[in-house]
Amino acid sequence: MPPQPQPPQPPTAGSKVVLTLTVNGEAAEVAFEPHKTLLEVLREDLALTGTKHGCELGECGACAVLVDGKPVLSCLMLALECGGASVTTVEGLARGAQLDPLQDAFADLGAAQCGYCTPGILVTARALLDQHPAPTRPQIEEALAGNLCRCTGYLSIYQAVEQAARKAR
Amino acid sequence: MNIIGKPRRRVDGRAKVTGQTRFADDLTLPRMLWCRLLRSHLPHARVDGVDTAAAAAARGVKLVLTGADFPIPYGILPVSQDEHALAQERVRFVGDPVAAVIATSEEAAQAAVQLLAPRYTPLTTISDAHDALATPAPQLHTYAEVGNLHKRVGFEFGDVDASFASAPHVFDDSFFYQGNTHLPIEQHATLAAVDGDGKLTVWSSTQTPHYLHRALAKALAMPAAHIRVIATPNGGGFGGKSDPFHHEIVVAGAALRTGRPVKICLSREEVFYCHRGRHPVDMRLRTATDACGKILAMDLETLLDGGAYGSYGVASTFYTGALQTVTYEIPRYRFRGARAFTNKPPCGPKRGHGTPQPRFAQEVQLDKIAVALGRNPADLRLEQLCKPNSLTANYMRVGTIGLGRCIDAVVEGSRFRERWGKLPRGRGLGIACSSYLCGAGLPIYWNKLPHSGVQLKLDRSGGVTAFCGATEIGQGSDDVLAGLVAEVLGIDPFDIRVVTGDTDLGPVDLGSYSSRVTLMMGNAALEAAGRARELIASAVAAELQLPVARLGFAERRVFDLEEPTRGLSFADAVIAAETRHGTLGTVGSYRPPDSAARYKGGGVGPSPAYSYSAAVIEVEVCPDTGWLDVTQVWIGHDIGRSLNPASVRGQVEGSVYMGLGEALMEESAFRRLPPKRSDALVHKFPSLLEYKSPTTREMPPCTTYLIEDPDPQGPLGAKEVGQGPLLPIMPAVANAVFDAVGVRVDEVPITPEKIVRALEEAARGRPARVGPTGFPDVGWPEPLRVAPPWEGGDGKAANETPRRPRPDKDAKDKQVPR
Repeated sequence: MPPQPQPPQPPTAGSKVVLTLTVNGEAAEVAFEPHKTLLEVLREDLALTGTKHGCELGECGACAVLVDGKPVLSCLMLALECGGASVTTVEGLARGAQLDPLQDAFADLGAAQCGYCTPGILVTARALLDQHPAPTRPQIEEALAGNLCRCTGYLSIYQAVEQAARKAR
Repeated sequence: MNIIGKPRRRVDGRAKVTGQTRFADDLTLPRMLWCRLLRSHLPHARVDGVDTAAAAAARGVKLVLTGADFPIPYGILPVSQDEHALAQERVRFVGDPVAAVIATSEEAAQAAVQLLAPRYTPLTTISDAHDALATPAPQLHTYAEVGNLHKRVGFEFGDVDASFASAPHVFDDSFFYQGNTHLPIEQHATLAAVDGDGKLTVWSSTQTPHYLHRALAKALAMPAAHIRVIATPNGGGFGGKSDPFHHEIVVAGAALRTGRPVKICLSREEVFYCHRGRHPVDMRLRTATDACGKILAMDLETLLDGGAYGSYGVASTFYTGALQTVTYEIPRYRFRGARAFTNKPPCGPKRGHGTPQPRFAQEVQLDKIAVALGRNPADLRLEQLCKPNSLTANYMRVGTIGLGRCIDAVVEGSRFRERWGKLPRGRGLGIACSSYLCGAGLPIYWNKLPHSGVQLKLDRSGGVTAFCGATEIGQGSDDVLAGLVAEVLGIDPFDIRVVTGDTDLGPVDLGSYSSRVTLMMGNAALEAAGRARELIASAVAAELQLPVARLGFAERRVFDLEEPTRGLSFADAVIAAETRHGTLGTVGSYRPPDSAARYKGGGVGPSPAYSYSAAVIEVEVCPDTGWLDVTQVWIGHDIGRSLNPASVRGQVEGSVYMGLGEALMEESAFRRLPPKRSDALVHKFPSLLEYKSPTTREMPPCTTYLIEDPDPQGPLGAKEVGQGPLLPIMPAVANAVFDAVGVRVDEVPITPEKIVRALEEAARGRPARVGPTGFPDVGWPEPLRVAPPWEGGDGKAANETPRRPRPDKDAKDKQVPR
């Protein structure tokens, strides 16, 4: 079917909001449509595609990021709510070229297979270690219970979190 | 060996932990448009038309497409070319794509989809395979073999009835295995763009870029040479991304029509509609044994609920019978299988493709046989394992078989002999075994071409690039490629640049399915790397004036084995080789050996090697509520050789996890809306929340034993690990439940509700069992009769009628299974 002739449309300008927040330690000013979720703003407006989505309904945990150090599901949070907040995504875990101990452990132990759930799990585990530098196995299970992984069966993920915790001590 | 066999970081590991891996939906291009699909809300209807005017006039809309724009059918199997990118005259399941809108934003496209006005006439809806048998008309597809039975197959290897007539024991059981789905966390996404020279490039989360390449060429009526498919790393596949999909063809067609890049990312609900998951299967398994439980003959019937389209279904049907024979010695065997069309999302290949269902039946029945005859189920199995280097009744060639060692490992680890049958009520142990392919012996479309090719480029920088069509779906195929090449050339895997999944840049590899990549790509990689090593060795030998045989390759050096300090760095060795031979490049390829099975249908099942697994599972069952906890898993897997034990272990644990999901909770369930609301058959759980899958809280500890018995067919002896370890999990859970509370749940999933129901049956003095009570009358045709090798057979069927020549078809796509 050939493209249909377009009837005249009203302009849509003026619908964006401008927000200032800190993303991965850097001040960011971003303009976006106010209905957008934090996930969409991160991926589409800030080009931080490391954060993934698996459902956009808050069911899988793939989109987890840290807002002021706490893990949140970025698909359920409006970006508008993040004014002045400090957001950490998987891209912000490394210090320069130096990977976070969690990242090293996940890579070394095969805790990332397809790698799609990995960014959400890494930031969630980061928040856990920030609060509990030496977590027990049940604490790790509890912290990651909202992150679905279809590849690993979670066991190598537990080991990686434990190894990272040991290395950091 | 310096690299192979040692656990190490995968070559793609760093990208995956830094968020740098670019999945399909992470890609954007300038001027990119978005596509959304209108999907049928009716399970079966005639499409009387789609009014597109309002959608086409909506803000931001650039193009509206309907079935008329995609008249050419396609499908993964040459025998089932029954799909169209957008529905033609009929929709056959809730979710069948009907029309597409391409717009400047995803929101605009979705808004315009709501303005599309399809007109349908509802048709009779077929809800399951039993319904399909009872409802031969209207046919979902006119090419179905009979009524709404897509396909019926049947074989008999030896006189099974004679064995049954004289056997001391006959066991007759019926089972049902519910369907379930792959649930990759990544939603399918595709981006298509027209290149500067007018050619088409398609990036997609596909496991099979080569087959997508062929389907695009056919459906778009375009030369394949003008299409480039790039399989982006898959965010999980498990078989769910191995068909060519509607959305892939639609965005490719839209890019060609608009001249602009077009992207689609499916919603989670749409992923459930793509499906191609585990077939629900009804089974009847009859087994004749001697007084000790040794199998004399087996008779298996399967009825698959195929969903609305062919997909891999013909192969799936054959697979429900093909691999019963490669685990235990079965002197005589009859298998009859049928697949029905129903008005649900199409079923296809999920991890284990067609084999978990009959494996469940076989392993649960073996447990019943052991109990009935007072045998230990581990011993019963150990006594009748297939012999290495043997031919089965259906002409599958078994090579190495490490299953005995797998059983020993898990039996010892779990103290099965001391504890089975002796735990307090409510606790139980179950054992089960399995085997799986290391790659299908035949490709999807019949040919004698290589199944996998690897091309290496070496240059004076010392850099090595490995090109291959293989597809990284998370299983670690890129790492297998880099690891093997690095081992042969004495360099580090991270020295190698891997270019995979790209139909323009790499030689064909058939894709990431049937556990074929490690064996097939691995052998191709070894051949290519061996040839590169020869070129380098001859140049270095000349430079150092040494015989080639005295050269070693290790630690990024090529050196004199007798005087290791004498040698060249790898980079200098490549310079020497480039100086001597000119520009350096080598290729390797692999094609599996010909099968011994020469009967029609014998093309499904043969494999260069078979992997084996054994599992013991411990459970706790509450006798009041039926609540079932899996408390520990012991699994042994016959891997041949571990190329990277970290990856191998991950595949085993991931398989255990996915098997537990199938055993305990996962099901593709459907329900009818009330008649006043259209009587439609709808997916019960098209969401990640409602389709229950195991979280961290359900995953028990797992002890893994890797059994290494290098197989001569595998690269450095390696066999598959991606699928096989899933197979024993479901029957081991069922057998453990019996040990715990004495009831049989002959169905998957094994839910608390079913356990309670079986306990209630027992309390009423009826058989302590939940499961089907019979098997429907399928109207089996005469099976093909093939004498087993030990009865003088030659692999051919005695009663096979020669296939009618069909010159128009035979010239193009030949059928598989043969």
